[in-house]
Amino acid sequence: MKIIILLISISVVVAIVFLVAFLWAMKSGQYEDTYGPSVRMLFDDNIKKDENKTEK
Amino acid sequence: MQTTLPKKPVAEKTYCYHCGDECLFEPILAHEKHFCCEGCKTVYELLQDNGLCDYYELEKTPGLSLKQPKSSEAYEFLDEEVISKKLIDFTDGKTTKVTFYIPGIHCSSCLWLLENLPRLESSVISSRVNFVKKELTVAFQQDNVTLRKIVELLASIGYAPLITLEDEAKEQKKTSSPNRKLYAQLGVAGFCFGNIMLLSFPEYLGFDGDEEYLKQFVGYLNFLLALPVVFYSAQDYFVSAFKSLRKKFVNIDVPISLGIAALFLRSSYEVFLGGEAGYFDSLAGLLFFLLIGKWFQSKSYDHLSFERNYTSYFPLAVLKWVDGATRNIPVSDIKKGDILLIRNKELIPADGILISPSASVDYSFVTGESDPVNRTQNDLLYAGGRQQGASIKVLIEKDVSQSYLTQLWNHSSFAKENEKQYQQLINVIARYFTMAVMVLATGAFIFWWQQSPTLAVNAFTAVLIVACPCALALATPFTLGNAMVMMGKAGLYLKNTHIIEKMATINRLVFDKTGTLTYAKDGDVTLGGRYSDDELQAIFSVTSHSTHPLSRKLHEHLSQRFAQKLPVDKFKEIENKGIEAAVNGKVYRIGSPSFCIEEARVSTTEGNVVYLAIDGITRGLFSIRTKTRGGLKQVIQKLAASFKTTLLSGDRSTEQSLMKEVFPDETPMYFNQTPEMKLEYVATCKASGEKVMMLGDGLNDAGALQQADVGMAISEDVASFSPASDAILDARSFELLPTFLLFARRARQIIFVCFGVSFAYNIVGLSFAMTGMLTPLLAAILMPVSSISIVALSTVLVRLVAGRLKLT
Repeated sequence: MKIIILLISISVVVAIVFLVAFLWAMKSGQYEDTYGPSVRMLFDDNIKKDENKTEK
Repeated sequence: MQTTLPKKPVAEKTYCYHCGDECLFEPILAHEKHFCCEGCKTVYELLQDNGLCDYYELEKTPGLSLKQPKSSEAYEFLDEEVISKKLIDFTDGKTTKVTFYIPGIHCSSCLWLLENLPRLESSVISSRVNFVKKELTVAFQQDNVTLRKIVELLASIGYAPLITLEDEAKEQKKTSSPNRKLYAQLGVAGFCFGNIMLLSFPEYLGFDGDEEYLKQFVGYLNFLLALPVVFYSAQDYFVSAFKSLRKKFVNIDVPISLGIAALFLRSSYEVFLGGEAGYFDSLAGLLFFLLIGKWFQSKSYDHLSFERNYTSYFPLAVLKWVDGATRNIPVSDIKKGDILLIRNKELIPADGILISPSASVDYSFVTGESDPVNRTQNDLLYAGGRQQGASIKVLIEKDVSQSYLTQLWNHSSFAKENEKQYQQLINVIARYFTMAVMVLATGAFIFWWQQSPTLAVNAFTAVLIVACPCALALATPFTLGNAMVMMGKAGLYLKNTHIIEKMATINRLVFDKTGTLTYAKDGDVTLGGRYSDDELQAIFSVTSHSTHPLSRKLHEHLSQRFAQKLPVDKFKEIENKGIEAAVNGKVYRIGSPSFCIEEARVSTTEGNVVYLAIDGITRGLFSIRTKTRGGLKQVIQKLAASFKTTLLSGDRSTEQSLMKEVFPDETPMYFNQTPEMKLEYVATCKASGEKVMMLGDGLNDAGALQQADVGMAISEDVASFSPASDAILDARSFELLPTFLLFARRARQIIFVCFGVSFAYNIVGLSFAMTGMLTPLLAAILMPVSSISIVALSTVLVRLVAGRLKLT
């Protein structure tokens, strides 16, 4: 059962990697604007010339 | 001749395609769509030309009303290098980056349009919106386009940036927000808490006898995981406790720190010397919940800035007269002896002597009196007045920082309240709590000492651990934090959660009149009669030359529609009669009935009535009335039932009768109040032991707002208005005011309920601890359960009460 010590150590190391990732994400400002990106991904890249919309 | 005045209501309401406002006049038809004003139409056309009409696809009527266009020189000062340097974030000589605060950002269409700025102006390299902070960062090639052009472009599409002197303070604010540290502490605490709990599972279930090495290993690992929690996540509590002790004062952080220290030391001792598991799980869990509470409490309204001083209302730059020409200089550079040119609608930044023959100054910013005051050559003009009409020259007498207005703002009441004066409920309780716990712990220690020293130490630390006021410390932030969010949803924004505690104890309400009980945009103008667009524009042009309050109100009303003035000839203003002028060959007369109607056949009418004749033919009348807020009477009646009320007004007492109808008879009413008098009044009330809440518009009553226990500013436009107050009430939620005050009292009661429950936990835990029988297992169960149940209880109760009061 000694192997469990190694396993626990590895799992804690993995967990620390995730913690560091979280801290990095926060430092780089990913939590600054929580609304913008959710809308931005819906925008079209190509602009439609709206000739057809003026006529009702 | 006799005229009947047609009182034809507008047939059906039309709404502007761009901004969604109701078209008050004949809507402008263009491209098969209705627009309420030229401004909106222009923006639509601009977007259409650039193929940006997706703007209207994302949201319905996303535009912002452009009814108050700025003059073309409004942003001239941005060409001055001294000023523009202060605004830009970064430049390398080719590319310049600048961040604007734009209060108008409110929906996804805004975001889309602002990020497509490069399509409107090819020299813009990129533009990015931070929606939460309402900021726009623009990068542009400075060889091809100036900062001023960018700002004017933004203003022309309705997203005028708010540029104030505050931007200079931005230099310091560039660093990361204080919240970031809290997030990091919370993240670390959560991480350690989760892992320690997981590793402690075998301990809860009981190890087998031969797994001793594993127990050791888990213990060491838990100790390692607890280190960052104690030394990083908990550092603020230690610092705060230390500071308060140095001031010979006990706040809630003292018992918390004591508990944390006791938990950590005893657990470390057990792991290294006692062969036990310790209480690291309780320790990490406690910190995790405490920090969540703290984060919840710190949720402030980032986009509302409450901390502003007089300088934010001043222009950034003024026109200084140098060698026969004007130059823009920053306000901070104004020296005594400078000659400044003050244009129409500009604020006088410092006290000075009028050089021009005459001026008409609107001091509403300082006194609340909305009618302009006429001044002649060599009169002293005070800072904070607004010139109405032609440009004037002023010789500056005092530096900006020594002016009348500034002195008012620098009044002692603006000094920060010190912590001693106002003690939060929780700190009062914390003091007694700490004493009681220390007494109990010492008592247990002395009691067990004869039996066995180990048991004595165990009992002593156990008492400290269990009595740790975790549940107590959580009740306040969660209840108030929840209540603040609820109020925010209903339209009352608070500076911080302590305001709720203060609101709960209020017993006198002091109201300012103008802009608070009545609309700031003075008067409700009704047009009697029918006019063509050209005629309305002519009236708009004629009234612009007059300083009579009624003409000004009429002008203001029409300015929602027109921006261009027509040339006016033969302008005459006749005292007590009216004005006469010629536009496009037609003679317009605006004024009293005898002036506009040959045979006066008028019955007296309500409010102020202005008649109009064109070429000698009576065409109709405008009636102008001061509009009070909807539901004012009911709100005041409700409030007067449970609070003492007072009315203070900077205006003359012309509208006393109107206010008499609204307030109960015994209400004290004071008119012609200067800002200092308002401030004095509030101070007097406070001196006599009353708890005062002041409601104002935040301009001329800023001193009184600050002086009151709770200063609440009522604002039509929450985003662009930030007075020095504790709370900002959205004008649309004015009718909810009595409910808000009741809700604050309820929130305080909820805190007491939570305290009761938390004391019950403490009594159970303490009785175990005193006997020295506290097992780690019991502590591990009791502590998180007590914390979680308090959080849940407070959240549920607040939501229930808010629902009962119909706040949501």
